[in-house]
Amino acid sequence: MAKALALINDKRVRDWLYQIGLIVLLVGLTVFFVRNASENMVKAGIASGFDFLWRTSGIEVPFVLTSYTQADNILSLFWVGVANTMLVTVIAIVLATLLGFAVGIARLSSHWLLSTIAGAYIEFVRNIPLLFFVLFWYFGVIAALPQPRQSIGLFGVAFLNNRGITIPLPDQPGNFRWAALAILISWAGYWLVSAWARRRKEATGQDAPLLAIGLALIVAVPALALAWASLATAWDIPVLRGFNYRGGFVVIPEFVALLAALVTYTAGFIAEIVRGGIESVAKGQTEAAAALGLRPRRILSLVVIPQALRVMTPPLTNQYLNVLKNSSFGAAIAYPDVVSLFMGSALNNTGQAIEIIAMTLAVYLVIGLAVSALMNWYNARIALVTR
Amino acid sequence: MNRASSLSLWRERLFATPSTGLVSIALGVLIAWIAVPLIRWALIDANWVGSTRADCTGGGACWVFIRARFGQFMYGLYPLDQRWRVDIAGILALAGVLAVVFAPRRLRLKLALVMLVVLPPLGIWLLSGGFGLSYIETRDWGGLMLTLFISIYSALIAIPLGILFALGRQSELRIVRLISVIFIEFWRGVPIIAVIFLASLLLPLILPGGIGIDRLARAVIGLGFVIAAYMAEAVRGGLQALPRGQREAATALGLNYWKATGLIILPQALRISLPAMTNEFIALIKNTTLVLVVSILDLLGIAQASLADPNWVGMTMEAYAFSGAIYWLICFALSRWSRALEKKRRL
Repeated sequence: MAKALALINDKRVRDWLYQIGLIVLLVGLTVFFVRNASENMVKAGIASGFDFLWRTSGIEVPFVLTSYTQADNILSLFWVGVANTMLVTVIAIVLATLLGFAVGIARLSSHWLLSTIAGAYIEFVRNIPLLFFVLFWYFGVIAALPQPRQSIGLFGVAFLNNRGITIPLPDQPGNFRWAALAILISWAGYWLVSAWARRRKEATGQDAPLLAIGLALIVAVPALALAWASLATAWDIPVLRGFNYRGGFVVIPEFVALLAALVTYTAGFIAEIVRGGIESVAKGQTEAAAALGLRPRRILSLVVIPQALRVMTPPLTNQYLNVLKNSSFGAAIAYPDVVSLFMGSALNNTGQAIEIIAMTLAVYLVIGLAVSALMNWYNARIALVTR
Repeated sequence: MNRASSLSLWRERLFATPSTGLVSIALGVLIAWIAVPLIRWALIDANWVGSTRADCTGGGACWVFIRARFGQFMYGLYPLDQRWRVDIAGILALAGVLAVVFAPRRLRLKLALVMLVVLPPLGIWLLSGGFGLSYIETRDWGGLMLTLFISIYSALIAIPLGILFALGRQSELRIVRLISVIFIEFWRGVPIIAVIFLASLLLPLILPGGIGIDRLARAVIGLGFVIAAYMAEAVRGGLQALPRGQREAATALGLNYWKATGLIILPQALRISLPAMTNEFIALIKNTTLVLVVSILDLLGIAQASLADPNWVGMTMEAYAFSGAIYWLICFALSRWSRALEKKRRL
């Protein structure tokens, strides 16, 4: 008895007892839920398992990047959703970063009116729900655009109307694959050259003409490759026939509205991150750099921006992950992303709630973890090295 | 300040150098291009009085529409003769908050706990009925009232759960820590819209057959879990800001874990993390709009639904302007409050 009491009073033993209790509780709850679920599913006549993925989907999707048709199976439908989610996420991240940096730098401008306008923009978008923007762009702006016949032409090749944007499509996508390969190779080349230049600088103190090489490899080669690819192919340019445009590729209004909403909303948050990052660099840093005789542009690129990036990277990562998750807001206007295609249409057709929910959540968790890992790697690379 | 010096201030602000002046002029043109039509639409050409669409003859905004549907924007489809119940619930909640804020310092915590136990069930009784009040199903709830209801009740789930998981994440017990980390990262990693679908589909499935669960309750639970994960991270910030010595001193005084946490650690940590928690609450208010996808009509949902009214065709801009302004006012006020708290803390 006394021995048992001593055991109870031992902190380590007590801690383990707590933890075992917690595990028993969690396992018990899980078993309870799973049993209820299987009973309810038997009652509703739903078979569990992933066999339904190979059934014909029969669901028509208005916006497809893969070769999917409604005769394909449900697994293909899933990939269509994932591709659409990724497409809008990636483009929104790029555009929101550009707009966010512009607004954030404008917010810090010494020009009073410019920084006031930027501040008003930030306060405006940050305090309104994202869904509001999605609905507003969709029902308020794009629905109010003219009919196809009165389309707003963009350089005579793309046309904006209330059915979306009709853009030209290249006849031979093969050219673009070669161009993409050339761009990847030249970027990898720049990466190798800059690593070599850094090593040489450390060893001998000599600067390499990195700016010129960088311009050539990062800007000029891709530009030439893209120019070649676009000139060497015939373009399917949309033409007005009857009541609508024929040819080209139609970017559906749901995509345009969701993208516009994600970009305008996220930019407000990125702008604040940019402002905070730049403001976090102590004024003494700029002054010290100036005292060393560095020119303003060198101060910015060698002293201020590297330190600001260090502060900005973690919250930027959060914003990028938010864009990924927020792309699901498209479900409210039926943009065919993974949530609305899979958790919506496919679930309604098959009733396989648990499997479909698990797969959809897994998409976000896996992509989210990958983005986090990538940004953490980048963060570790630029982090402050203290010796 | 006299006229001349204020003029020179503006000249200095806007036209200090030629390039500054050029930017000012360009921005001025941009503002005029946006603001002039906007002001004409919203104020000058707008119609304010009347009762039908025919009263809107000005060509600008038809605020008559907002006046006619004001009740729906606030109460949804809640029966007209029962709306006093919503008002009383709102007044009680506000009175409770004010009582806690203005109570003497030593009574404040006790009063807050009493309010926390008494008010939420009272509110649910007032709104949904039973015990002498007529039943009003949750599908008749809507508008701003529903937005506030979902925000407050999800927060009531999220805050205690969030504190618990924040403590769990800092715990020295390895399994507790692991479970907390998995919980937090899972809910933070998935989209809220997916969670609302998940709650509305999965909750009835995993409960024993025959137990029905109201679809509004499902949405509130789903939102509560997600926000709990975000709250946990906000509280963690506060916990990490406390010096280790605080817990060590409490332990040295002979306090056990829960006493040390409740009396020493949490009061300080929560005060530090209050601005961050307020920011999460703002995010929660904005995210309540997502209940629209399971056909629950909060303020934005009512605005959206009002567009389908054949008597008021084409009121898109009015509905969005009105609902957007309400969201903006609420969130802006809260974010200013959170910023003021942060400043006070720093001093």
